[in-house]
Amino acid sequence: MSGSMEFLLWTKGPLFDIALAIFAIGLMARLVEIFMLGRAHNYAEPRAHEWPAGLRTMLTRTIADPGTFKRAPFNVVVGWIWHIGFLTALLFFVPHVELIRSVLGFAWPALPNPLVDFATAITILALIATLVHRLTHPVKRHISTVEDYLVWAVVFMVVLTGYLAYHRLVEPYPLALGMHILSAEILLVILPFTKLTHIFTAFIARWYNGAAFGRKGVQS
Amino acid sequence: MRKRSDKTLGESLRDHGLSRRGFLKLCAATASLMALPPSMAPAIAAALEQARRPSVIWLSFQECTGCTESLTRAHAPTLEDLIFDFISLDYHHTLQAASGEAAEEARLQAMEENKGRYLVIVDGSIPGPDANPGFSTVAGHSNYSILMETVEHAAAVIAVGTCAAFGGLPQARPNPTGAMSVMDLVRDKPVINVPGCPPIPMVITGVVAHYLVFGRLPELDGYGRPLAFYGQSIHDRCYRRPFYDKGLFAESFDDEGAKLGWCLYRLGCKGPTTYNACATMKWNDGASWPVEAGHPCLGCSEPKFWDAGGFYEPVSVPLTLGPGTLLGAGVVGAVAGGGLATLARKQRKEEAGTRQPVTVDELEQKL
Amino acid sequence: MSGLDPTIGHPSSGASCARSRHEHGHALPILHEIRHALERLLASGEETRIDLHSMPFGPGDLERLTAVLGSGEVQARVEALGPTLIQETAIPGVWLVDYRGLEDQRLSYQIEIAAIPEILRPRPEDLAESLGALEDRLSESGLDAAAPNASPPSS
Repeated sequence: MSGSMEFLLWTKGPLFDIALAIFAIGLMARLVEIFMLGRAHNYAEPRAHEWPAGLRTMLTRTIADPGTFKRAPFNVVVGWIWHIGFLTALLFFVPHVELIRSVLGFAWPALPNPLVDFATAITILALIATLVHRLTHPVKRHISTVEDYLVWAVVFMVVLTGYLAYHRLVEPYPLALGMHILSAEILLVILPFTKLTHIFTAFIARWYNGAAFGRKGVQS
Repeated sequence: MRKRSDKTLGESLRDHGLSRRGFLKLCAATASLMALPPSMAPAIAAALEQARRPSVIWLSFQECTGCTESLTRAHAPTLEDLIFDFISLDYHHTLQAASGEAAEEARLQAMEENKGRYLVIVDGSIPGPDANPGFSTVAGHSNYSILMETVEHAAAVIAVGTCAAFGGLPQARPNPTGAMSVMDLVRDKPVINVPGCPPIPMVITGVVAHYLVFGRLPELDGYGRPLAFYGQSIHDRCYRRPFYDKGLFAESFDDEGAKLGWCLYRLGCKGPTTYNACATMKWNDGASWPVEAGHPCLGCSEPKFWDAGGFYEPVSVPLTLGPGTLLGAGVVGAVAGGGLATLARKQRKEEAGTRQPVTVDELEQKL
Repeated sequence: MSGLDPTIGHPSSGASCARSRHEHGHALPILHEIRHALERLLASGEETRIDLHSMPFGPGDLERLTAVLGSGEVQARVEALGPTLIQETAIPGVWLVDYRGLEDQRLSYQIEIAAIPEILRPRPEDLAESLGALEDRLSESGLDAAAPNASPPSS
């Protein structure tokens, strides 16, 4: 006997445990490795403090400077849109908040479903736009690797299956929900081993940069 | 109870003094019962007029009689209507007058006289062929052997209740009796599942009525459930759905949201993953149903509902994972990362120690 | 809640607390369906029946719907397999038909959009037998003059 309910319970049960364990082990291994390797000791006398400069750069690198925006407005605008949409859906959809509460033991208030739904729809459109852009832009296409397409596909599947499940466009619903959970589990598993790690390392890297520059007394 | 005749249902009803208007009304009620549009009533009338009452053998195995309790509260048509006019209920432990040898004789006689035509209704799960048969016996015979013997010449089997349909409570972990569902055991006969704990009484009678009216089994979903009743989820037909869509949730059983009748998702409602007709057919003569009474749906008409997570945990919550797993995995990861970093440092030190400096002159010589 | 209200003697459930105050908005689509059915009735004479029993109504929705429909001049009762109560709404051509069982429990509750509800019309088979029925009763009564004081229903 195999059916959609068994599939859902499988993705919610053993598979979720495995995926989250791989995610936690992989991510912690990478982060601890990065922190422990650190940077070579700098014997020069610091010209300014590291921390303020590091924190400032975490912020300034997040917002694109006018030059970057002029050169690649599509990347900046569409990138921002889908990142915000994705995070809105990930962190503020009621079922996700309940999931986070059950895993972490605490959570935060959720947003109304129509808002999350809108954010998800926008994210899907923006993600499609990024793929089209990647395929049509000669330079981007040239520098794209298999990993880039893999990461895009996994992220897109997570958002798409979530949208399909919420609107109940796939019957039966346990199958739709199971597919969404399975996609999310694939995302969790590949996250520590692909460029998706930037979710956790981007701000660390920005701090390192800013701190290094700050120490030398230069702007970043 | 042992009334067996070759009359059609229409004839038999008129013998009972039912007028043609009364018959039309019965058909309107039957259409409503089968979740068919009222415009189907004339077609139902024509079919019921010609229908012959099937012999029904009801087998009760590892069950709590809740399903029979539910059926005896079916209000449209009443059980009396059903037993005496729609079907010929020839064997049912709890309801039949005969007992002992005579009761078992009634079953064997009905099977003999209606070979290939009778319906078998099962409630309760069955200890499988490999399990200890002593867990559940009737008249000294194991449930398994009675089921297989009775089903052999049946036209179809209707598994009533979640225990018969999916194993239900007896099959919940650790399944001490080796309980199996009817469809696990009966493979060569059509099996209709009417799950629920208990199923809505009208759904039980509706399935029988469908068999009578159309002379064949209703359209089934992937779990062998009639689509007319199990085609839509509780969530999709829930009157509280607009609150879900607006993001208005009861956060506890006693908060303002609960009093205002908001969505029960956060209190563990399994409505989104549960397929049943409670939201429309309701319970107790259509008086109310669990969600209307303020309690989340337990998902009782789904396979493994007893093992499918806490009744008060939202659908999105993983079944077994907790903060402990995450912390444990994190620690393992940290140790692994620390090990990798130490290895890398060590390697770098070794390389620094054995490095052979190259001078510019040496390089120029090589070029 | 109800305990604070001295006028309410019996305990009321949580659902009935909600019944009075909240609107679930499920009556409106049915009213639109009735509008379309009326348009079809006027245009082509096509009759429509809507089974209210199969609607996912919340507490108060049915009351809201029947309140909007109002009540008209005709009330009728059919005694066959228990009572059937027919109520004309304030909208001519829209009827509420309440099928009840022998123990007065509701079997089905329907809105019928028709000139006259189906169950009020004599069945064609009964109509075909009506002359014979009259003759029988006439001869039974012993009167030879036409004195139609007999009621139509069956033998």
